[in-house]
Amino acid sequence: MKVLLLYKNDDFDLKQSLPWNERELIQDLELNILFNAMAGDDDFLFDVSRKSILLGLKNDLDTIVYRQNILKDCLENPTVIRLLYDISVGALDKRKIGWFGVFSRYPSSILSDSTRMMEIFVDILKLLKNFADENAGKFQSEGFNRFFTMLQNELTDTYFEEIQNHLNSLRFRDGILISYDLGKGNKGANPKLHKFHSKKTSWLRQLFTKRPQFFTFYINPRDESGARALSDLTNEGINLVANALAQSLDHILHFFNQLRTELAFYIGCLNLRDKLEEMQAPSCFPNPMASEERKHSFKELYDVCLALKMKQKIVGNEMNADNKSLVIITGANQGGKSTFLRSIGLAQLMMQSGIFIPAEYFSANICGTLITHFKREEDITMKSGKLDEELSRMSSIVDHIIPNTLLLFNESFAATNEREGSEIAKQIVTALLEKNLKVFFVTHLYEFAHNLYNNNKMGKAIFLRAERQTDTSRTFKLIEAKPLETSYGMDVYNKVFGGS
Amino acid sequence: MNFHSILFKNKIELIHEAPSFFVDLNLEQVVNTIIYGKEEYNLKPFFYTSLYDKDEIIYRQEIMKDIESTDLFNYIKRFTQSMQGMRQQLPNTKDFYCKYQKERFFLDAVNIYCDAIKSLNENLARANLKSSGFIAFREYLTNYIESINFTSLYNETKKLLADLSSIKYSVLTKDLKVQVVPFNSETDYSEEVEHTFDKFKREAEKDYRMKFEYTSFMNHVENAILEGVATLYPEIFKNLDDYCLKHANYQDETINIFDREIQFYIAYTEYVSKLKKAGLKFCYPKISNKSKDIYDYEAFDLALAYKLVKENNPIVCNDFYLQDEERIIIVSGPNQGGKTTFARTFGQLHYLAAIGCSVPGREAKLFLFDKLFTHFEKEENLQNLRSKLEDDLVRIHDILQQSTPNSIIIMNEILSSTTLQDAIFLSKKIMEKITRLDVLCLWVSFIDELLSLSEKTVSMVSTVVPEDPSIRTFKIERKPADGLAYALSIAEKYHVTYNSLKTRIKS
Repeated sequence: MKVLLLYKNDDFDLKQSLPWNERELIQDLELNILFNAMAGDDDFLFDVSRKSILLGLKNDLDTIVYRQNILKDCLENPTVIRLLYDISVGALDKRKIGWFGVFSRYPSSILSDSTRMMEIFVDILKLLKNFADENAGKFQSEGFNRFFTMLQNELTDTYFEEIQNHLNSLRFRDGILISYDLGKGNKGANPKLHKFHSKKTSWLRQLFTKRPQFFTFYINPRDESGARALSDLTNEGINLVANALAQSLDHILHFFNQLRTELAFYIGCLNLRDKLEEMQAPSCFPNPMASEERKHSFKELYDVCLALKMKQKIVGNEMNADNKSLVIITGANQGGKSTFLRSIGLAQLMMQSGIFIPAEYFSANICGTLITHFKREEDITMKSGKLDEELSRMSSIVDHIIPNTLLLFNESFAATNEREGSEIAKQIVTALLEKNLKVFFVTHLYEFAHNLYNNNKMGKAIFLRAERQTDTSRTFKLIEAKPLETSYGMDVYNKVFGGS
Repeated sequence: MNFHSILFKNKIELIHEAPSFFVDLNLEQVVNTIIYGKEEYNLKPFFYTSLYDKDEIIYRQEIMKDIESTDLFNYIKRFTQSMQGMRQQLPNTKDFYCKYQKERFFLDAVNIYCDAIKSLNENLARANLKSSGFIAFREYLTNYIESINFTSLYNETKKLLADLSSIKYSVLTKDLKVQVVPFNSETDYSEEVEHTFDKFKREAEKDYRMKFEYTSFMNHVENAILEGVATLYPEIFKNLDDYCLKHANYQDETINIFDREIQFYIAYTEYVSKLKKAGLKFCYPKISNKSKDIYDYEAFDLALAYKLVKENNPIVCNDFYLQDEERIIIVSGPNQGGKTTFARTFGQLHYLAAIGCSVPGREAKLFLFDKLFTHFEKEENLQNLRSKLEDDLVRIHDILQQSTPNSIIIMNEILSSTTLQDAIFLSKKIMEKITRLDVLCLWVSFIDELLSLSEKTVSMVSTVVPEDPSIRTFKIERKPADGLAYALSIAEKYHVTYNSLKTRIKS
């Protein structure tokens, strides 16, 4: 029995390793704001949100659509989903109360602990089955349909009865029957446990009635070492069955754990959706395209983290960069360039993990992986040291590039004079484009941007500019326009220093 | 040929104490390393007993060559391991095992013995044996296997084992009541339970099985159960009783001796192969008890090489030869330059050759000595100068008394406890005697004057890197003891040569 609510054919594994650039992505895109919005104050929800979003980069188109449909079901039935989540959480709480088997070494105590625990879990499984019977009809998605059908098919009354029979037998009320081969040193080998009920098992009774002289002996009640020897033999005989039951219990626990984990992702999405609705900020399910395509178009795309931080709806951007591989963003300082770049990264991550997008419309090709190269403000070392750091970071990035990677550069390679910086940036970007990767580049390097603009004969690049209103107030909107030579630093200076 | 020993062509009295030169030559250390882990075979006497007969040495060299083939080595190794297993399996009479268990241990031991011998015989039939020793042993083994003793032992063992291992039984316990009952094919209940939970099954993260270690010990409950099993199968257990009485002395003496003696070859081959892996060379020396022309190219000290290989350090090999009238090697040169190591090497080579082993080196011809003497300076005796000198001379006197022209004498830095003049005088005297004896000798000495004494002496010098005399090469080269070259190179290093001084000293 598998939950399969995040992947069609696989469990979601919380222990798998996250992308190598996890730290950079979280820092550059301010992802913790997003995770917190999904998690509320719940550490577990935070963990699942973080991992499912970062690992979303590995998802294929099918998985994305599979999750989108499940998420749509959740958005339709939020109360039912939260109830199901509570059942899974409850099952795992019971575990903490009752599961002592893990600490014991002896098969006999492992077996009796497991038997007791199994009875509790049978009750929870019954609860789950009833839940499926009541709610299955409310869900449309392939994922939920499969899940509920599985519960209904597997957890039948007959099955529960079968388990109960075992739990009764394993109390060994009529004694324990173990068979042996005569092994090394004429000691019993390969002990095997057999089912034995004195009333039901007729062959033994027959044998006993025919030949009552079977070798029988009694351990003297005061013979402690004899009693210990006998219990050792018994322990060896029930070793496998104790292991089987304890492991089965682990597996059932794992099932509940998996259910809790996979639902946690959707609970996080429900939480996020609630927050966006509070701000009346738009959201939509994106239209993901194959990774080989070059699509990127959207309306009213905003930086969800900035909105969450400011607790209000913010201005979105519009772009149509279909069939483009390079987006160069230039323009006014504090004109929303970084925010725009972050919104691109966030949208990509959210789309690929199957979540809705903070936009009115969004469509893009999925990327092989997402890499950010942002100027590190905290680096206040000498210029050469800083460029050194940036290029070294670029070098490790190159080790991790795979086909159709999306790279976001934010004012990279500017830690030198404009000519050298432009040359480095040009060489890097040209190479990346020839490797058929997709690049967004926020830059002040005029020579670099201008050079690309003049050589854009194939039309592979699109140039956006942070728009400046003549009254020097920002609109935070980007328009498609030729790069300009000044970044309006004077404006900012004037603003800060009080102007003339 | 009648086979009696894989080590000796003819019976030879074994020596049970280490020869006196073992410590000086570091051979004690070498032998201890070689036989490490094989203490149960008591191999030391084999390494202490040198051979004085060329035929005996060749007998061993041939066998050692045979056993160097990987296949044969593995066959023999497997055989001796089985024999070891057999001995461990044999019940110790002191232990209070239950009778049927003791008998079963005995049966298992015999079974191991039979199988080991059978498979050794099959393997030897396949092996391309060249040594007369191994060929004779193979013949012996084949005859033994075909003997009525062995065939009946073999057949009875297999039959009884098959009978015993076909036995299955069940034990029903309830509280303190235990019943031993016949086995009736029933399904494995553990599997049944496991099957019920298959639908939840995934890769298990935790194994709850308790580890039950097998011990041969049987407690009284197990004993009682075994008694019960015997009552279920009375005939088989009766046969077991009879079998043990009948075959109490099943082991063949000659094969037992082989099992011990072959360890000599196994141990040495294993030791050598470790050094060979590091690129060191071994060869079977030509042996002569007449010609004193000797040589060894790329020789090295076994004890030192073993240590250096373990530490992953490089080993320096050295060449030497004596021809025509040459008898005496005088080794001189800077200290810590490998002189003592070279002296040890010289002794080790001759001793190893004399016990039929391969020796370090690419190619070698060595002398079959009647006696080997060493006299190495012992630092710890330095407290009394007079007695030390006296000790030295007494010892040298003894050596010269006992030596024959067919002996080998190795001396290392003796007479250092007296004045140079005394040392020169004494050395010359001793050298005269040695020369007259016509004995093979290696003498590590700081006394240059020894060299000019006769045409029988050869000078070998430990060398240094010319540019930096503080670096030793550990190469010992045959060349005149040119003390000056050594002194000059140091002078150059400190810029105190004539030319340097001319330039440095301003007028």
